[in-house]
Parts: sequence; structure tokens; C-alpha cells
Amino acid sequence: MTIPQIEIQLIAVVVAIACAIPGVFLVLRKMALISDAISHSILPGIVLGFFITHDLNSPLLILFAALFGVITVVLVEAIQKTGLVKEDTAIGLVFPILFSIGVLLIAKNANDVHLDIDAVLLGELAFAPFDRFFVGEQDFGPKSLWVMGTILITTCVLLFLFFKELKVSTFDAGLSSALGFSPVLLHYGLMSVSSITVVGAFDAVGAILVVALMITPAAAAYLLTSNLKKMLFLSIFFGIISALGGYWLAHFLDASISGSITTILGVLFLIVYLSAPNKGLISVIIMHKQQKREVMLLTFLLHLNNHSDTTERHINHLNEHINWHKLKSKRILDLALKNNLILIDNEIVNLTEKGQEFTKLAIDYIITNTDEKIEHMKDDFFLFRG
Amino acid sequence: MKNPIAVRVDDLTVAYNYKPVLWDIDLEIPEGVLMAIVGPNGAGKSTLIKSILGIIKPIAGSISIYDKPYKKQRELVAYVPQKGSVDWDFPTTAQDVVLMGTYGDLGWIKRPGSKEKKLALEALEKVGMLAFKNRQISQLSGGQQQRIFLARALVQNASIYFMDEPFQGVDASTEIAIINILKELRKSGKTVVVVHHDLQTVPEYFDWVTFLNVKKIATGPVKDIFNDDNLTKTYGINYKVAINK
Amino acid sequence: MNFSEYFSLLFSDYTLRTISLGTALLGAICGMLGSFAVLRKQSLLGDAISHAALPGIALAFLITGAKDSNVLLLGALVSGLIGTFWIRSMVTKTHLKSDTALGLVLSLFFGFGMLLLTFIQKQPNANQAGLDKYLFGQAATLIEKDVQILLLVTTASLFILLLFWKEFKILLFDVEYANTLGFNTKFLDILITFLIVLAIVLGLQTVGVVLMSAMLLAPAAAARQWTNKLSVMVGLAAIFGAFSGVMGTAISASQNNLSTGPVIVLIAGCFVFISFVFSHKRGLLLREYKFRQNRRELHHNKTLLFMYEIAKDHKNIEHPHAIKILNNFYGFTVKTLKQLETKEFILISGQNWSLTKKGYYQATTMFMQNEIKNDNTTN
Repeated sequence: MTIPQIEIQLIAVVVAIACAIPGVFLVLRKMALISDAISHSILPGIVLGFFITHDLNSPLLILFAALFGVITVVLVEAIQKTGLVKEDTAIGLVFPILFSIGVLLIAKNANDVHLDIDAVLLGELAFAPFDRFFVGEQDFGPKSLWVMGTILITTCVLLFLFFKELKVSTFDAGLSSALGFSPVLLHYGLMSVSSITVVGAFDAVGAILVVALMITPAAAAYLLTSNLKKMLFLSIFFGIISALGGYWLAHFLDASISGSITTILGVLFLIVYLSAPNKGLISVIIMHKQQKREVMLLTFLLHLNNHSDTTERHINHLNEHINWHKLKSKRILDLALKNNLILIDNEIVNLTEKGQEFTKLAIDYIITNTDEKIEHMKDDFFLFRG
Repeated sequence: MKNPIAVRVDDLTVAYNYKPVLWDIDLEIPEGVLMAIVGPNGAGKSTLIKSILGIIKPIAGSISIYDKPYKKQRELVAYVPQKGSVDWDFPTTAQDVVLMGTYGDLGWIKRPGSKEKKLALEALEKVGMLAFKNRQISQLSGGQQQRIFLARALVQNASIYFMDEPFQGVDASTEIAIINILKELRKSGKTVVVVHHDLQTVPEYFDWVTFLNVKKIATGPVKDIFNDDNLTKTYGINYKVAINK
Repeated sequence: MNFSEYFSLLFSDYTLRTISLGTALLGAICGMLGSFAVLRKQSLLGDAISHAALPGIALAFLITGAKDSNVLLLGALVSGLIGTFWIRSMVTKTHLKSDTALGLVLSLFFGFGMLLLTFIQKQPNANQAGLDKYLFGQAATLIEKDVQILLLVTTASLFILLLFWKEFKILLFDVEYANTLGFNTKFLDILITFLIVLAIVLGLQTVGVVLMSAMLLAPAAAARQWTNKLSVMVGLAAIFGAFSGVMGTAISASQNNLSTGPVIVLIAGCFVFISFVFSHKRGLLLREYKFRQNRRELHHNKTLLFMYEIAKDHKNIEHPHAIKILNNFYGFTVKTLKQLETKEFILISGQNWSLTKKGYYQATTMFMQNEIKNDNTTN
């Protein structure tokens, strides 16, 4: 591997981690789309900063941009407060208007600057190594690495210092107030950090990849755990492998690095989405089916329990009375037979002793929701794990 | 002469995720009663109504209206949902909402005409809201909103009315107005089923009651079954209630 | 080129007319269907789907090799619909919330689209301009065939909207109730969703991906402030949208180096701002005025009551008192005094004030008056 290649991967990894951390909180606080909004609405900030300094590399650009990020949030909340439109609508109005102002500012002064909007949106990591950080004559490496590295370290420090405050205010804003951790302060702190991260990152990777890096690893992690610490670790992990995987995919296909990283993120998310235990799509579908079958079984047994009249317990009656398809009925019957809960005699279904006991316990559980009596059944039945 | 059975529920079972909400419910509602469905929170009362109306799909069970499947008898049934189930900031007037009750009879595509408008105004008057017909619904109080919902159902001129907590969060005069309308409906032979949250008023307002807590505990005339025994079975604690006999 | 030139050109210049008609139609359709999106709480769907359309456009190009707008549009539509239904699936089947689902589809689809774009860039016959149009919008490239299709689609949508007007209305307001009336809400839901996605995909040509959400939301948000009737809201939104489209195109055409997208959005934004502030039904100015009026009335009442308390202890209620004694009373101003005098509740002579019979009566019945007033409004 050449040095520029290593540098690119390093930058990608640093950006991924720096985005994953605030991303987790945005997802948990249901503010994922703020990242998209900020990534677009900071344009006027960059432009203004450029007009003042005439230097695309000046840190003032980052500052102004981050400022506009916070302004976005403030404007959105101000509009929400008026109650004239719902929350989402406010977001969808503010960032396009700010972005348009930015574009107009650029167009009006087209002679002064070449701010390629393409690059703003799409970004290209491949060029990052060429933008070096010079102190005097000494080359310290790619500028992006220094900028993002600083942001990452700051984020980590803040995370470490304010972990429990963030945790409480994310899961229980009321409690957080009561404990004296101002949720408003934490909220704006989080917004500022997100803003600065977006600004720092999109110079290297473009606006869209930033959004993907913030939301996707966190969303995938959220499907695997509800524990905040685990979620943070998983997000960081997913971010890193997507960054590296994406780089090599781009290398192999000779395509855009940002696009490749996003694609890898997408594939990763898809895999988790489908296969996550408990919360993934496949698991959910299987569990639903199983649970449905169990509920039907129980209904069937309860029905037997409630009706001593033999006509009600005739096999055919099941179809009419309980309104199930023939196929379903047969499956339920088989399941009950297999578990020794019923006996079929002359096409009349009777509860066995085990069946009766099971039914009684099940009814008790359902009504009172106390589960001590059915502990031993939990392994076999989803229903009682509820 | 025994009244025909207006609503028959057989073996109704509904479950959400892993929680069973209604188990093996058998219920017969005779024509012409004013019935309250009572039970603790989470007992499945709203779910019962929604399952009967086909809004929620049960895992098992069948519903019949006057001995025919519900789907074929829709025009006989009217629904008054909980107030909180809609966004009252929606741009529409009181009259417009009541007019929606005529949509079922109109069917697809046909627009409400003068006949429908007249029905809507009559219903608005019956609930005492005629003066507010052009009022934006977000400007109505809770009691007024409930009246609008009731008017919307009245317009349907149905035989059976299902109402979900109509007295929740309304002022006293609205409560009286509503119960009077319900009693009038019963007098004209309609069947009215109400999910009710206030046990105190059950004997005064209703003549039939169903106790529900995931399973059906008891159902029948108030004078026969509204007693401490059933209350305890349903709510789980020692309930003492004074019933005016 | 300034405005008078623009309008005279409009009648003579065929291209300009075509483009203006095109953006008017696009603005109108976005306004109409945007109203539905807003009322269904799907405001940010516009943002998500406009980004999700990119891979569809790229794939359509790669597969057919054509730069024909309509093929690309079809690709965008398919990709957009897939995105929409995946969003719904995520929200209903997992515990991910809608903002997360929207953000995922938005960024992942778009990123994948970017990947495809880099393949296209390497092809010998590729022309970036056609695809750039979707990113930033360039209404100036609309040709007559495009506008014909737009006209067709707009007419068809309008027809469907009118046909199923009451069904859509009840679907938006109370879907469960609509079910009990026997309407097939699933079908209606898919129909509306399809129309909204169609509007988004079409609108991309004028404002581009980034700004699409505003095109969908702004006309509707503005229109909502002026009316409480759904039909008027949708109509107004169409007008605002069409106007923004035409005006935006005109202004950007008269300048160099300006894409239509940002200008259209800023004009629509102006509509929103004006509506928010100046609306006679819900506007912020109106709100502030009402608030101040209420506060003023409160001060009047308090001051009058205070005066009443002083006056009633005297045998003659109209006995004059020094104005000075009112000075320490909270909420007392000279203006209040003057206004009470105008209403004939008090008489001022020199440095003294005195309560009139009318003022005395007003004070004693003040709280009953509140009851009388309430009775009229709340029945």
C-alpha cells in the first residue's frame, strides 16, 4: 500500500468514528434527519466565511458553517413553537431555504470563487491526501486528518465527560431536568457537536456520506441492542468496517470512494435488518408465525375447556365455529397432539390431564400476568416470554 | 317476546405481539339495549369494538350482525371512535366532518348533495351544534368535538352504534346531552354499545353491561349482574358499590 | 432582461413559453400533492424520495443508454417507490422510528446512486448534464415533449383527485372510520402514495434533489394559513406552487449562472413567510395583536375594579378622587385612564377622576359578563 492509500483509509476511519458517536444519540432521540438538514444548510456559512477570508482552507469556514448548523436548529425550533406547522415540516422548509441562499450567494459572486457544488454534495476522499497541513515548511500530513482527528478527540472527551448526563437526557428528559442536568443545554451541545462534525467531515466525504455515516451504523446497532454502551461500540465497529470495505471496493471498481462506502453501509444494514436476532425482519416474521400458532393452540384448548358439549368439540366444528381454514386447524390439532395436550376419540377432541393443567395455568397467566407458575413453559412457548 | 340478537361474537381472540388482549370472547348483544363495556385499563375494551368492526384482525373468532357476517351488514352499524384518535388541526369544519357520515351510503365517487347536507344539519341540531357548523374543528372544545363525532354517526341512521369512551374528557352538559341522545336511540329500538370508563354512572345510564378483562367475565342486565362479585372478578380488588335498586 | 421584457417575450418566445408552462405545471402538481403529504405527516418523504430516485435514474441510463427524460423519470419513479415502501416496512416491522428510516433510505440509496454515477462518467457517450439536471434542477432544459407529458400527468392527477376527493378527505382525517364505512383504505393509501412519489419525481427537474422537500412543503404550508377548507388549501397550494415556479424561472433566466431551483425555493419561502406572519386566520401578527388586545383588556378591567373598590366605600360613588392615588397600582397607565374615559366609565376633571354610574355598573357585573360571554361561545 502506498502512503496516500493509507492516509485515505485513515481519514475514512476517523470520519466514520467521529460520525458514529453523535449519530447514536441522534437516532435515539429521533433526530436523525437533522443531520441531513445541517449538511445542506451549512452552505451559506461556508460561503460567508469564504467571502471574509478568501481562503478555502481557513478555519473560519468551519466555524461559520458550524454556526449555521446551530442556527438551523434554532430556526426549526422557533417555527415549531409557533404551532403553525408540524415539526417535520419545519425541518423540510428551513434547510432548503438556507441552502438556496448559499447557492445564490455563490452564483452572485461567481467570478470570485470556484466553489463546486458538486464537491460540496458528493465530496471525494480520493483528493484528500493532496490537501496538506503545513506548518512552515514541515508537512504534517493531510489537512482532513488533522481536522477530523481533532474533532474526534473532542467528541470522545465530551462523550466521556458527559456520558451519564447524555444517557439520562436521551432516555428520560424529565428525569434529567429533575436531576439538574439541563436537557436544553445537552440538546444544543449535541447539536453543536453534530454540526461541527458534519462540517469537518463533508469536506472530505461530502454531505450525503456524512448523513449515511451518522445514521446507518447507529440504526444497525439499534437493531442488535438497546444498551447505550454496546450501541456505541457496535456503531463504531460498523463504521470502521464500512470505511475500510468501501475503500477497497472503490479501489477494485475504480469508482467513487464516498459512493462505495455508502454502498457497503447499505449492504451491511440490509444484512443486519434481515438477520438480526429478535428484531431483524426474518426473526420477526418467524416469531410472529410461531406466536400466532401458539395463540391459536391456546385458543383451541380454552375452547375445549369452555365447552363440555361434544358437538362443540367435533373436529369439523373447529372450522366453522372458530373460523379457521382447514389447513390451519389440522396444524393446530397436530401441535396439540404432539404435546400430549389432547386426545382424539371418534372425531371428538378431549383435553388430557396435561392439557387441562396447561390451560388453567395459561388462563391464570393471561389474566393476572404473573408468571411464576409458567416458568417451565417459557422455553417452549414464545407467548410466555412476552 | 325475546329480542333478536343484534350482535353475536364467537370465540374472538386477539393478540398484539406477544400479549394476548382478548381471549375466546363469546358475547350476545340483544337488540335494543344500551350496553356498557367496562373493565380495567388494557382489558381489551377498545380492541373488542375494533375487532367487531374489522379494524383489527383477530386470530380467531367470528362476528355476525343479525345472523349475517359483519362485512355484509356494514350499513347497519355506526362507529364513534375515541376523540383522541384524529388530528383536530385538520382543515375542515364541523359540518364537513358530520357530512362524512353520509359517505358510506354514497359509496365510491358520488359526492354529497343537498339531501346529504340536510341530514348533516339535522344531526348537528340534534347534538346542539348547529350554530357551530362552519367552525374549524380545532377551535372546538373537547365536549363539542365529541358531539360532532356523535352527529357523524347519527347521520348514518344505523341500527347498531358502537362508541369508544364518549364521555371521556367532556363537560357535564355534554355528558348529559349525549346520554339523552343514547337513551332516545334505545327507545326507538336501536342497539347502543359503549366502552365506558366511569363505573359510578353505569347503573344510571345503562341497562346492560359487559365486564371484560381479556376474557369476558359476565354480561347481562345491569340489575342482575352489576354487583360486587363481578366487579371484584374484573378489577381484582374488593369493590363496593351502591346500586340504586 | 427585466420583467416587462420577460412578459413581452412570453408571448413571442416559444421556448420561454414552454418552460414557463412546464414550471407552472410542476409547481402546481407539487403544491397539490404536497398538501396531502403534509396532512399525512409525511413531510420529509419528499426529501427522502428525491434522494432515493438517484439510483433509479442512473440504472435507467445504464440499461437503456438513453438520455430520454422519460426513461430516466421512469427509473426515478421505480426507485422512489421502492424507497417509499421500504421506509414503511422498516417503520412497521422494526422498532426503528420514521426519521431513522427516512434518513437511511435517503443516504443509502443516494450513495449507491453516486457509485453508479461514477460508472456512467467513465462511459464514452455519457453526458453529465442530463444527470446534473436532477441534482440541481434546470427548468431551462424543458422541451415541448416534456411539457406535454407534464400536462398529461397533471391532468390525470387532477382527475383522480377530483374523482376520489371525498375518499381522500376521509382517509386523511380518520382512516379507521373510513374502514368501517366500507372503503378500501389500502387501495386509497397506495394511490395517494403513488401520486406523491410521482409529483416528487417530476418536480426534480425544476428544483433538483436537495431542494425537493421545500417544493413539496412550502406551497402547502403557506396555503394552510389562509383557509380551513381542504379544497381551498389544495387549490391555493397549487397556485402558490405554480407562481413560484414561473417567477423563479423568469428571474433565473434573466440572470447568468443561476439555476432555477434555488430561486423557485426562495420565492416559495417568501410565500411561507408572508403567510406565517400576515395570515388573517392564523398569522403571527394577528396572534400578537390579539395577545396585546387581551392584555390591554385585562389591565382595563383591573384598573376599573381598583377604582371601584375605592369608590364604593363612599356614600356618593361618583365622588372625585385624586389621580395620584392610582400611581402605585400595577398596570395603571395614563392611556388606560384615557381609554376608560372614552368608554364613559369614568370622568376626569383636572387632577381628579370619578367613577360614573356606567362604570360602577360595569364593575359590579364584570364577572357575570364573563359568564354571559362564555355562554354564547361554548353553548
